[in-house]
Parts: sequence; C-alpha cells; structure tokens
Amino acid sequence: MAVTTGAQTLRPGKPRARVRFGSWDAATIVVAAIFAAPVLAVIGLAMAPAEDIWPHLIDTVLGGYIANTLIVMAGVGAGTLVTGVGTAWLVTMCQFPGRRIFEWALLVPLAVPGYVIAYTYTDLLEYAGPVQKALRVAFGWQSAQDYGFPDIRTIGGAVAMLTLVLYPYVYLLSRAAFLGQSICALEAGRTLGHGPWRSFWHIALPLARPAIAVGVALVLMETLNDFGVMDYFAVQTFTVGIYNTWLGMNSLPGAAQLSTVLLIFVLVLFGLEYAGRRGQRYHEATPRHQALPGYRLRGPRAAAAAIGCGLPVVFGFVVPAWVLGGYALRYWAVALERNFFTLVGNSVLLSAMAAGLALSIALFLSYGARLKGGAPIKAATRFAAIGYAVPGAVLAVGVVMALAWFDRAVDFLSMSLFGVSTGLIVSGTVVALLFAYVTRFLALAHGAVEAGMGRITPSMDDAARSLGASAAATLRRVHIPMIRGSALTAILLVFVDTMKELPMTLLLRPFNFDTLATFTYQYAGDEQLEEAALSALTIVIAGIGPVILLSLAIRRSHRVI
Amino acid sequence: MKYGLNKNNWLSRAALGFAAVFAALGGTAAASTVGEVNIYSYRQEFLIRPFLDRFTKETGIHVNVVFAKKGILQRLKQEGRNTPADVVLTAGFSRLQALKDAGLLQRVDLATLNANVPARYRDPQGYWTGLTLRSRIIVYSKDRVAPGAIRRYEDLADPKWKGKICVRTGSHAYNRALVASIIAANGEAAAEQWARGLVANFARKPQGNDRAQAKAVYEGVCDIAVMNTYYFGKMKFNKKNPEQRAWAASLKILFPNQDGRGAHVNASGAGVVKYAKNRDNAVRLLEFLSDSHAQELYASRNYEYPVKAGVGWSDEVKSWGLFKADDLALVRIFELGPAAQRLIDRVGWR
Repeated sequence: MAVTTGAQTLRPGKPRARVRFGSWDAATIVVAAIFAAPVLAVIGLAMAPAEDIWPHLIDTVLGGYIANTLIVMAGVGAGTLVTGVGTAWLVTMCQFPGRRIFEWALLVPLAVPGYVIAYTYTDLLEYAGPVQKALRVAFGWQSAQDYGFPDIRTIGGAVAMLTLVLYPYVYLLSRAAFLGQSICALEAGRTLGHGPWRSFWHIALPLARPAIAVGVALVLMETLNDFGVMDYFAVQTFTVGIYNTWLGMNSLPGAAQLSTVLLIFVLVLFGLEYAGRRGQRYHEATPRHQALPGYRLRGPRAAAAAIGCGLPVVFGFVVPAWVLGGYALRYWAVALERNFFTLVGNSVLLSAMAAGLALSIALFLSYGARLKGGAPIKAATRFAAIGYAVPGAVLAVGVVMALAWFDRAVDFLSMSLFGVSTGLIVSGTVVALLFAYVTRFLALAHGAVEAGMGRITPSMDDAARSLGASAAATLRRVHIPMIRGSALTAILLVFVDTMKELPMTLLLRPFNFDTLATFTYQYAGDEQLEEAALSALTIVIAGIGPVILLSLAIRRSHRVI
Repeated sequence: MKYGLNKNNWLSRAALGFAAVFAALGGTAAASTVGEVNIYSYRQEFLIRPFLDRFTKETGIHVNVVFAKKGILQRLKQEGRNTPADVVLTAGFSRLQALKDAGLLQRVDLATLNANVPARYRDPQGYWTGLTLRSRIIVYSKDRVAPGAIRRYEDLADPKWKGKICVRTGSHAYNRALVASIIAANGEAAAEQWARGLVANFARKPQGNDRAQAKAVYEGVCDIAVMNTYYFGKMKFNKKNPEQRAWAASLKILFPNQDGRGAHVNASGAGVVKYAKNRDNAVRLLEFLSDSHAQELYASRNYEYPVKAGVGWSDEVKSWGLFKADDLALVRIFELGPAAQRLIDRVGWR
C-alpha cells in the first residue's frame, strides 16, 4: 500500500526548480509515517499509565545495564571499524594473492546469525570442548583448577562474537565508498606526492566517512538490540533489561519506556555524528571512475594483507561452519524430519521480497528528502528507519499494534459502509511479516542508499532538471544508475538479515508456518546446537549464494560506470 | 541514456516478480473451517506435536499452531474479537494468569476437567488449567557431595557451599517462581537473605540453561546445581547426544524440603481464548490433554509429571522416587512474581 502511494506521485510533472510543499513531500511523510508506526506504537505504550519501575531499576540494575551496553558498543564499534575499513581498503586498493576471493569471502560472516556463532564458539572453547581437552592432554592438566583459560561467556566474548558477524556491514559500505571514489581525487593526491598511507588517511578515509559512519551506525544499532548473544553469555545489557522488565516484572509499559530511552540514545548518537561532519561536503565533482590501479604488494606485505583479510573470514565463517558441518553430518536426520525445502523456500522468498520492498521504500524516502532537503522531511525519513535499534520482540509488539489498528480501521469502514465485517486482513499473514521486516530493516536499505546518494553532487540534479527532466525521471535516469552499487548493497543487507530474523517472525507468522530461522530456534532455543546444526548451516549457506552474486554485481556495477 | 533504460527493466521486472509472489503466498493464509482448532503456543511445537497429532487422529479435528516465545498476549489483545486463536498453551502457568488478567481467556467450567486437574493446579474461576507438572530440584555431584549434606533449598545459602553452586540467571521464569515460593514460605526478608547467600556461593556467573548447569557439575566447575526434573530425564535418556548421558550419570537428584513444605512445583497449562471461534473443539482439546492417555504420554515423552491423579508415571520418572510437592497455589506464585523479580535484581542474581 505504501508503494502505491509513492508510485502515484512518481508521475512525471512539470520541471520546477523549487517546489513548495508538494506531492513528493506529502508522499514522503506518509510513507515515513507508515513505517514509523510500530516505533510510534512502542512510544505510545511507554506513555501508558503504569507502575513506576524507575526507582527500582535505578537502585538496582540500571547502572549495570548502561555500563555493559556502553562497553559492548565501544568494543564492537571499534572492532568492526578497524576490521571493516581495513579489509575494505586492502581488497579495493591493493593487489595481493587471494584478493579476488577475499572480496566476497569477507562478506560471508554476515550470513552467520549471532546466536549461532556464540553457540559454536562456546562449544569449541568451553571446558569439555575440543580446545581445552587437547590442552589438558598436551600438558597433563587434570581439572579446571590446574590452568587458566579465558571464559568465552563474558562481555569480552560477546564483543568478539558480534564483531565477527557484524564487521561486514562496515566492510561492505566502506568498500562501496572506496570503489565509488573518483579516481581523480586519488590521482591528484599522487601528483602531490602522497604515498598509499597518506592517500588513505587524507583522501580516501575522509571521503568515505559518511558511508563508514552509516556502517558503524548499523553495527551499533544491531549491537544495541541483540538479545541472543547477550542472553546466552549472560551479559546484562539494556536490551536484556528490557526483556526482564517486560516478562519478569510483567510491565510492558516499563519495557516500552526503556526502549524509548534506547531510541533517544540512538537519535542523540546520530545527531552527534551528523553534527560532527556538518558543513563538510562529500560530493564528488566528477563521476569519472575506472578500475583503480591498486598498490601492488609483495613478499611479507602481501602475506600480511592476505592474513589480515583471512582472519576475519576464518573466525567469522570457516570455524563456525566447520563446527556446524560436523554436527550436521551426525544429526542430519533430525533436520530432515520436516519438509526442509519448504523451509528454505519460505526463507528465501520472504527475504527476497523484504529486500526488494525495503530498497524501493528507501529509494523513495531518500530521494524525497533530497528533493526538498527540508529539516522536517529529513528527520521523518531518518525516524522511519529507526526500528532497527529496537529489540526485535518489542518492535514485534509495535508491529502487532500498528497492523491491528489498520485492520480495525478497515473493518470499521467496511462495517459502516457495507455492513460487512472484514475481520483481520493483514494480521497473521505473510504481509504482516513483510511489513515487519521492512520496518525493522529499512535502516539497512536507507543507510546504503543514503551513502550512495550522498556522493552524487547536487549539480547533477540541477543539470537534469534544467534539461527538462521531472523529479521522477531524474531519479530513474540519473540517480538509480549512479547508485546501483549501493542499491545492491541494500538488497544484500536486508536479504541476509531477514534470513536470520527470529523474534518478529515467531510472533507475527501465520499458522503452521516455519522458516529456517524458526526451525533452527526449536532446538537452538534449548541450547541443543547439535540438532539445530543442519538448519543453522542452511541459513548460512542459503545466505552465501546471494552474498557472492551481489558482491560480484557490486564490483561490476562500478566497472561499468 | 542506456543506463536509464536498463534500470527501467530492472525495476519493472522486480515489481512484476513481487506481484506474482504476493499472489502465490496469499494462498497460505489459513481459512477458518469447521473441524479445526487454532493454537497460539508458548510451548515449543515439537514438544506438543505428538499429542496434537494423536488428538487429530482420535477426533478428526485439524490443529493449527503458531509458536512464539514472547508477545502472544499482545497479539491476542490487538486481534481482539477477530482473533483466529482458540487455545493458548504455555510452558509456565504465569503467562496464563497474565492472559486471564488481561481479559483474554474465557471460563471453562467442565466436570471432566475439574475431575482431572486438582484444584491447586488450575485457576479458581476456571479460566485456565495446568496440564503437566515439573519440580525444581537440586542435583549434586555423586563424587564430591555426601548424600544428606543438603536437604532444603534454604541449605543452598549455607556458606559452606561457597564457590560450589551453579544456577541459571535469576530472572528466568523458573527461578523467579522458585523465589516467589520461598517468599511465600519464609517471608520476603528471609527470602532476600537466602538469595544473597545463594549468590555468594556461586561458582561462576549464572549462564546457560538448566542443562548447562548439569554439564558444569559434570565438568567439575561446581558441585551443586538447580534444575527442572524433565531436564534430567532428557539428559539421562538422550539418544541423539549420548554425551549428555554422562552428565546425568554424574549427578544425584534431590527433592528438597521433604520434611517441610515439599519441593517447589511448576506447571505448564492451557486456556481457551475469550473470542474462540471453535470453542467446542478448544474445550475438547483441553479435555483430551488432561485425560489419562495424553497425561501418560506427557510423562513418558517429556519426563513431566501428569497433573491428573492416578495416572501412572513413566518408569524413568518413577525411578526418581516419590516426593512431596509444595502445595502452594500457582496463583499465589504468580502474584509474588514481580516482588521476586525485584528481589532478584536487588541481590544481583545475574
């Protein structure tokens, strides 16, 4: 429904240099409001009269929640920043053995759900796991008291796990930014005598800052809303506190209040980053791109580059896949009890549709904001994408409320006009799931598209419009071709995240409907990794295909233009 | 402008694809027909599937299930009178009480149900019923703890067990219910003092589920753990993962407080949704689940205790011995839940 609203306004209109509040603005606000509805519902819940939980929380657990959350965010933020930007720079600007493979392989950990990687590493590294067993045999230790071994189920472990599966966001976005950088800027740098390091620090990195910021923001939001890893490692973060308040103290309003605080925190964070680069422009004057020359690395440097790119892939993908694969071989019969291909079909189909929808809406919103650039519209489009920071199950409740409101409104209209009750139209259907996915993952698509649009200089728009193209035609013929790489990035991110999504799928799905993630959870939820291995592995493998294809398409898209 | 044309195709093809897929998926929405019953379940589907299949076989009534861990109450509330759900199944009874309090269940005053389920395991007004029981027990290392050294939940706070106890996080529903039962028995101040003592005795920061605590005892990380009875059965007879049998074999089971109020007991249960469209089928399902046949299946498959008196226990469950259960009404445990959660936050059981 949202898309139709947008499409109507996409009709070519008269070229106008400056429009007053027009149909684009109205449509942008409407679409933004539709996808902000679940978050607004959560905020509404927070306003509901309820027992005041704050004195108790402040006296007891709140300080711990905040401290742990900040530590995890700082750790994961720094870890993904270094890993993501570093590897992106290496594979984009340097030539070393294996670079072609690393280009896509570095993305693959994205397909591993956080809770799955947490389970596999616990299995490997705990007392009875193969690593400690081997150490005991090797050194003749008898019991846990004989030696010290770092405990994986700690805050440090949680940081490591999340860094391993989240750095691809930063990698993907900064690589797209490096690839999209005009060769002229770097060539100018070289003429001025910049070596590779100076080029990186003084030209490429500052130019890529908006894209990197988007990547890190996505990582931080995902870190904030993570429950699976934190719960399993018993790290008491804010999100864990939200669930304790909701389910333990029977206070959904209290949980909604905590979620609202989380949202405010995220908004402030974004505001700070935005203010930090205000007044700076990152557009490029020329779209002249060609295959970047690349610094040829040799000997120890080439080896160091290959190892640097290899480690994240090995720890983020190869090791967990190897553990899961071992179990899958032994327990494959369990997974095949159900019609496995239906699960795969459901997951892939839903993810593909969610990705397409999220991209369309993100394009529409970003372009709407770009057209007018008014502060209220920019704020509205950003707010629409904030669902990503809300813990999944809480957002699911917001979605339930938004959908029910829609169903009731239609029901009421139909009753009063035709005397016919329409009952539930979207609640409990696949449409509800798709709406939920877009609400949640719009930030991914929006971030990627924004990063792409931001690099296009406004003089392009002006040129197109002055030549008589309508706003819609300009989007279609100028922007979309230029941001093809970013659009593919958006599709990739939403697809993979939808494959992994669990709490919203559980609550909102139709009867007798399973995806790979819900099926995996049956066993994984009981900490029975062995029995969940095959379907967990399938989530990963089903995610790898699109990851590789899209990665190749992204590279090609930059070569063409 | 060749890119523009390319993009056009790309976009319109995507739009066409959407339309086609939407049409295909539209068919999956369940149509409400006679002869079915729709369940929203907080219990894992694979745990209850065998019973539901049996029910369908006996009655011809088709069963549809949505399993979710969180938010079913909110979904029911928002769907209101249009909800497709007829029955809610829960893993613990407290969710049922919350559903009742939110006005989402209806009374089922049925002679068979009342005869099957003892009064303390169902809602006094008939809005929900317990279906299976499990006790929260203490397990300890066969090798490192002398039998009889520990007899009551209260003993877990004894400083002599410093660094010896493993238990999952306090905020988990099962531990919260246990704390609530201790508040009911000893008062809040004593319960808090007990919980402080327990926390001081932890061998490690609470982590993992009940099964993980047993594993920790097996590994020597700690000597004593707290868990639900069925976990013990699931480990002891684990065919898929024989390693877990060794965990169970390293443990001894203790039903606490046998000289006093008895061991704490928790129940899974069910209720009929207020706006159930298939009320008769829903009631039939509840009758079926509370009757001897399904009750026996529960005990043998899931290692839970039947709620119906006189139903035979499975051999495995029987081998753990008879025990005296705390006869505190489940409703009371629910009422004390928020107080228990606060207490858990105060003592830092996390």
